[in-house]
Amino acid sequence: MSFLSGVPRFRFLRFRFRSHELVCQKVVELVTDYLEGALSPADRRRFETHLADCPHCTEYLAQMRETIRLAGRIAPEDLTPSMRTDLTDLYRRWRAEG
Amino acid sequence: MSRAGRKAGAKARPALALSGVDGAGGDPVGGTLPPMDADASLLRRLRDGDEQAFAALVERYHSSMLRLALSFVPSRAVAEEVVQDTWLGVLHGLDGFEGRSSLRTWLFTILVNRARTTGVREARSVPVADAGPAVDASRFGPSGAWVLPPEHWIEEAENRIDAVKLSELIRVGLDGLPARQREVVLLRDVEGLSGAEVCDVLAISEANQRVLLHRGRSKLRQVLESELGGGPR
Repeated sequence: MSFLSGVPRFRFLRFRFRSHELVCQKVVELVTDYLEGALSPADRRRFETHLADCPHCTEYLAQMRETIRLAGRIAPEDLTPSMRTDLTDLYRRWRAEG
Repeated sequence: MSRAGRKAGAKARPALALSGVDGAGGDPVGGTLPPMDADASLLRRLRDGDEQAFAALVERYHSSMLRLALSFVPSRAVAEEVVQDTWLGVLHGLDGFEGRSSLRTWLFTILVNRARTTGVREARSVPVADAGPAVDASRFGPSGAWVLPPEHWIEEAENRIDAVKLSELIRVGLDGLPARQREVVLLRDVEGLSGAEVCDVLAISEANQRVLLHRGRSKLRQVLESELGGGPR
């Protein structure tokens, strides 16, 4: 692997890598892994470094958090009267059996 | 509604529990039924034959169970059968339930197993997640940076539309998700199961769970965005 062998070359690659740190389009695909704690420590650092400089991705992350929060707050829907009757019957039949 | 007060009479005189909670509005049980901590006492009451405890459980989980069942079976009628069958399974399994998982994880596992058995949907041939980015590629420039960044709407969400409409919006968004994504988002974000619990209930890997969750959440965010501001309408 000759392209990794020379030190100057290696530095050059590192430089290229740094200048191509996470772009926004990639960040939005990593949001869930980030929130779920599934990023490697290195990727997590890159993610947070990007956020520190990018208000749009920071906003995006906040919106994903808000989406999750709102999803967790939806109230259970009411049962239909017939379902409620069926389940009451089901319960009482079970009770009668026991 | 004091549960302690009812407890004494419930066993001797099974009240019209299920029919009595009609029209309570809002979230009649959710607030008083924290998922984990309440398990032990709820389980005891269920085993004691406390109809109120059963009614509370039904009110709390029924709609999520129905929605989950619907993603496996072709019609609402069949889904309702699966849910009823699940409740019967729960009642019959009460004595054998060892509490190694939480009550709701157990409940959803029974449901998914029954729905899978009943459902005609192919279970395993579905790809991990449908392709498609979290955010439409047209909103980024060639460098991958935003050209149409998200507009700010978070604080406005609850000022501009009321909680009922917001819930409805999320529900419509959920129902619009591909089935596999809907299952994961429903269990993880709506019901608040842990990632590991979701994997257990649906018998999927953690990586698969995260991909499905990511796709589903991203689409839900889009639904909110298109209603609340910014982005393509």
